[in-house]
Amino acid sequence: MKLDELAALYRQMLLIRRAEERLQKLFADGLVPGFLHLSIGQEAVPVGVSHALTDRDTVSSNHRGHGHTLAKGVDLNGFFAEILGKATGLCKGRGGSMHVADLSKGMLGANGIVGAGLPITTGSALAHKIQGQGHIAVVYFGDGALAEGVLHECLNMAALWDLPILFVCENNGWSEFSPTDRQLATSLDKLAKAFGITYRAVDGNVVADVVAESGRLVKAMRKSPAPAILECHTTRVRGHFEGDRQDYRDSGEIAGLSERDPLRLCAETMARAGGTPELLAEIAGSVEAEIKAATQAALEAPLPRSEDILADVYTRAEV
Amino acid sequence: MPETRFIKAINQALNDAMEADPTVFLIGEDIGAAGGSFKATRDLLDRFGPTRVYDSPISEAAITGMAVGAALTGMRPVVEIMFMDFTTLSMDMLVNQAAKARSMFGGQGSVPMVLRTPHGGGLNAGPQHSQCLEAWFAHIPGLKVVCPSNPADAYGLLRAAIDDPDPVIVVENKALYAMKGDLPDTPEQIEIGKARITRPGRDATVVAYGAAVAMAETAAATLAPEGIEVEVIDLRSLQPWDEATVLASLSRTHNLVIAHEAVEAFGVGAEIAARMADVGFDELDGPILRVGAPFAPSPFGKTLEDAYRPNADRIVAALRRTLA
Repeated sequence: MKLDELAALYRQMLLIRRAEERLQKLFADGLVPGFLHLSIGQEAVPVGVSHALTDRDTVSSNHRGHGHTLAKGVDLNGFFAEILGKATGLCKGRGGSMHVADLSKGMLGANGIVGAGLPITTGSALAHKIQGQGHIAVVYFGDGALAEGVLHECLNMAALWDLPILFVCENNGWSEFSPTDRQLATSLDKLAKAFGITYRAVDGNVVADVVAESGRLVKAMRKSPAPAILECHTTRVRGHFEGDRQDYRDSGEIAGLSERDPLRLCAETMARAGGTPELLAEIAGSVEAEIKAATQAALEAPLPRSEDILADVYTRAEV
Repeated sequence: MPETRFIKAINQALNDAMEADPTVFLIGEDIGAAGGSFKATRDLLDRFGPTRVYDSPISEAAITGMAVGAALTGMRPVVEIMFMDFTTLSMDMLVNQAAKARSMFGGQGSVPMVLRTPHGGGLNAGPQHSQCLEAWFAHIPGLKVVCPSNPADAYGLLRAAIDDPDPVIVVENKALYAMKGDLPDTPEQIEIGKARITRPGRDATVVAYGAAVAMAETAAATLAPEGIEVEVIDLRSLQPWDEATVLASLSRTHNLVIAHEAVEAFGVGAEIAARMADVGFDELDGPILRVGAPFAPSPFGKTLEDAYRPNADRIVAALRRTLA
């Protein structure tokens, strides 16, 4: 992969990282209402997968969805404002971190229910197949969702009806507060085999690998609709949510995660491709400026008006 | 004006909606080759082909969720859930997803899906194939709920539901499927949220929906020879419901009975009674009474089911009590 392409991927990953680090601080300062689930350590997955996607392709996400959302190209100002619960947010401050959506970018929503994105995305894939324009659907879910019943229903129907859907499992080893190997009697590759679905596994912290593997799968399903599964082995650095002290995890495990930091791995690859420290600094500077501006705008933005409480429950206001 | 069975009117509405709008498609268990458990989709697979009529596996949660996703991607899916009892398996997709998408996404887009499902007893189908669960859905902001009482309304409400930009649950009383009634050659849509006075009267009002409408009309006919004139309102739409029509009727008759087949406690009737006790308090000459099923699972055995389901006699008794 060429340096400029790697640099673009690195920038997107850094944007997600810095955005979440900023949210982490704002949360600690009491400026983020509700719950916050960070995807620090998992940035290479959505950045890599989104490389093959257009605005007409649809994605849906889960509670740990900031990376999926930003990688799909949603507006950073609207994103920050939404998570801070402001009227200028992408969802006018009605969704928050777990429900960020931007339909104009094909982002069908983060989701507060584990596994719920699976049927929604499978249906979106059915719509794409009916419409016949070559668009595809991507669902991001964690290894915790493998135990949900709808996963099995959706793998079955996607296979049965040759739906153009990429199932992207971000396997970070943790089902919320419990190790997945104590929650699941099988594994995704075995499920893929059982349903006759193409399966690929990739190091989800190596962005170029995610780009290559997801690119091949997406290209194939655009040409001839059929599902595929991409299991990305990745790392959850933070707790299930902010405020989770992770005392159920071995401290050595968490300390060792920096070895697999997707940003670090990408920077090393860039260096081998001729990237300089100046280039990294330049990217960091421009990302920092973007985050700073979005944060400032979100902090200054108005809160939703309480008199709008009934707005948008239904499409027609008179009902 | 030709006479049509209720189930045929539904079939006609699905057919006409699919002809009128290429984004409408059907998904449900056994709705294709088999034409549906109750034959609502008979011949539609042959007529429209497998890209418009999807015979799904037995996966209620997934097909309901797929309708949400397809609706967010420009389609108008119509889901059939074979018995309303099975909507328990679709609840996350209806309650957490379909109902909330528009609001929690700040008004971006909407979820123009329909879920058709039969409720009600009379077939000795037992506790897991007879329930009337519509109050659950009427309780969820973002969902609409309609329940027709005759073939023309079944057609008109279903067409309106399919064209509606928001998710609509169409509840069909399975005991009415064989009912015959007039369906015009070019039937009209029926506006969601508007009730219909099926029989005018000055002494008391009965608000009913679905199969209870015919029971209310029988009750009204029973009392007519005594000079008691009962007004019957067919609610048609449960969420939103036509508060203005009910209040106007109460203001004329000053007595109110609400009848439905669903369990009486915490039901649609409770909401109507509470609202009328508030906005219609000064109009009331007697207690607002409800006629519904007792607080027990819908039973299987014939004697038990007969005792369980509301009927005209119980509505008559309620009317006599409120008028006393």
